[in-house]
Amino acid sequence: MDRTSSPPAPPKKRLSLVDFALFAGVAALLLYAGYRVNDVLVYNWSWSRVINFIIRYDETSGAYVANLLLFGLATTLRLAVWATILASIIGVVMGYWRTSENLTLRILSRGYVELIRNLPPLVFIFIFYFFISSQIFPLLGIEDIDRSAVLVDNPMFRVLFGDPQLFPNFLAGVLCLAMFEGAYITEIVRAGIQSVPHGQWEAARAIGLSRTNVLRDVVLPQALRKILPPLAGQFITLIKDSAIVSLISIQELTYLATEVASTTTKVFETWILVGAMYFILCYSFALLFGWLERRASRNRR
Amino acid sequence: MLDATAKPLVEIKHMCKWYGEFSALHDINLTVAEGERVVVCGPSGSGKSTMIRCINQLEAHQKGTILVDGVEVKPGMKNIELIRREVGMVFQSFNLFPHMTILDNLILGPMRNRGASKAEATELAMGYLERVHIAGQAGKYPPQLSGGQQQRVAIARALCMKPKIMLFDEPTSALDPEMIAGVLDVMIELAEEGMTMICVTHEMGFARKVADRVVFMDEGEIIEIAEPQEFFSNPQSDRAQLFLSQLLGH
Ligand SMILES: Nc1ncnc2c1ncn2[C@@H]1O[C@H](COP(=O)(O)OP(=O)(O)OP(=O)(O)O)[C@@H](O)[C@H]1O
Ligand SMILES: [Mg+2]
Repeated sequence: MDRTSSPPAPPKKRLSLVDFALFAGVAALLLYAGYRVNDVLVYNWSWSRVINFIIRYDETSGAYVANLLLFGLATTLRLAVWATILASIIGVVMGYWRTSENLTLRILSRGYVELIRNLPPLVFIFIFYFFISSQIFPLLGIEDIDRSAVLVDNPMFRVLFGDPQLFPNFLAGVLCLAMFEGAYITEIVRAGIQSVPHGQWEAARAIGLSRTNVLRDVVLPQALRKILPPLAGQFITLIKDSAIVSLISIQELTYLATEVASTTTKVFETWILVGAMYFILCYSFALLFGWLERRASRNRR
Repeated sequence: MLDATAKPLVEIKHMCKWYGEFSALHDINLTVAEGERVVVCGPSGSGKSTMIRCINQLEAHQKGTILVDGVEVKPGMKNIELIRREVGMVFQSFNLFPHMTILDNLILGPMRNRGASKAEATELAMGYLERVHIAGQAGKYPPQLSGGQQQRVAIARALCMKPKIMLFDEPTSALDPEMIAGVLDVMIELAEEGMTMICVTHEMGFARKVADRVVFMDEGEIIEIAEPQEFFSNPQSDRAQLFLSQLLGH
């Protein structure tokens, strides 16, 4: 046969009748749900009142400015970023301890992971929040920080940590989430470390590297490549999980949404919009991480 | 033996090792003098790897003593790194660090352990890469090299620590046949330069050419130690005879 001929075209993927029936079914269900809400509950839709809590028109300046729900979204994002950073530090240390030769370290880290994985998140956060606010903050003197001092009340601080007045509140949220997610990151890091073949340890130790050096120069860099994708996924999970700290009055998106829903009484609109905000945030990160991962694997030797 | 006055570099006395209940090594006695080349052979599972891995404590023995250059190595000892730096090891599966360039693989040890500067370590490393005939590949990553080249890099990496003794654990058995000669040549050159070596290998040509003694192991014991000429032409034990006849395919 002629080698230069082009390969046959791959079979076209067509939607079958079953697929169309499925789509139709889903569409019908959605329509029916809309009908129930509109005509049976006689629900009075009013999106604008809720949208006002995302951006509102400021009469005095004559411009559109961000409102409560956007502030909440920003707080959620800040919470997620700081908590992920902190949880990663916890996760690396604990994950290393999980694989340590030292029994005490193994027991400690195992205890931490099991405790958190076997408690309902809410229960853990109530307990831990009580512990932070009654023990740790007084000890650190967080409550006594002068919140109008220049060091605290500056634009940089506001971008990083939000409203200085709410800093202790924010910090409590970060700590709770970090402790919680740290357990999951611990397991990711442990799996990453254990995924590095045993021969790498042996070769590194055979040239006389100390355990710390083996870890730093040989094992962690290799583990990191395996850890990054699940870590990115965990970051998105953390954004969603952060809604839980609304229950200890951390003023993030869900907390503020509850308030908006009750003041406007527009429950459906509020939660649908808030849901959309979470979705857009999480899905954008998912797309971003997916793109970064593809790029990284293309650059890999 | 080279000569009776040579100083012993490795002394293994009455060494025993178990994996759980399984006795992997039993009453091992072996002394390797400075400059001596010893080849270890024996059927699969006979404990060859385990024995040489006890010397640098990649495996812990449970009974008996091991002295490396006069220092006793004990399981769980604090300064085992100091001893490992004197003992180079080459593995069947190369075990290069895949995330580092060839050069970085080589300079890691000298920089971390010997406090060498990057320039010093690089100079040293390039010297050894030349000796194993792959200086041109210094900037590449291990997966870009052939198996034979990777194994020669692994040898150079071990040599960069300027070890007193080199341990080889079947360095050619993961290689395609056409790659083997290049690695063996490097090992022969090393032997000719007077490096003390313990090689687990079934390359009988290599054994005949460079070995001062051949150690034959079976079921966790040393059955026979003899000079290669003697061992190959006139093995004393039945097990060695059986092993040799199987190896030579009769
Ligand atoms: N980590 C381990 N746990 C349990 N048993 C082991 C372990 N490592 C080795 N063994 C057993 O100890 C015995 C000796 O193993 P070793 O690897 O030293 O043999 P070997 O002579 O090097 O064999 P080969 O030629 O196949 O490499 C074998 O029976 C093996 O199954
Ligand atoms: Mg072996």
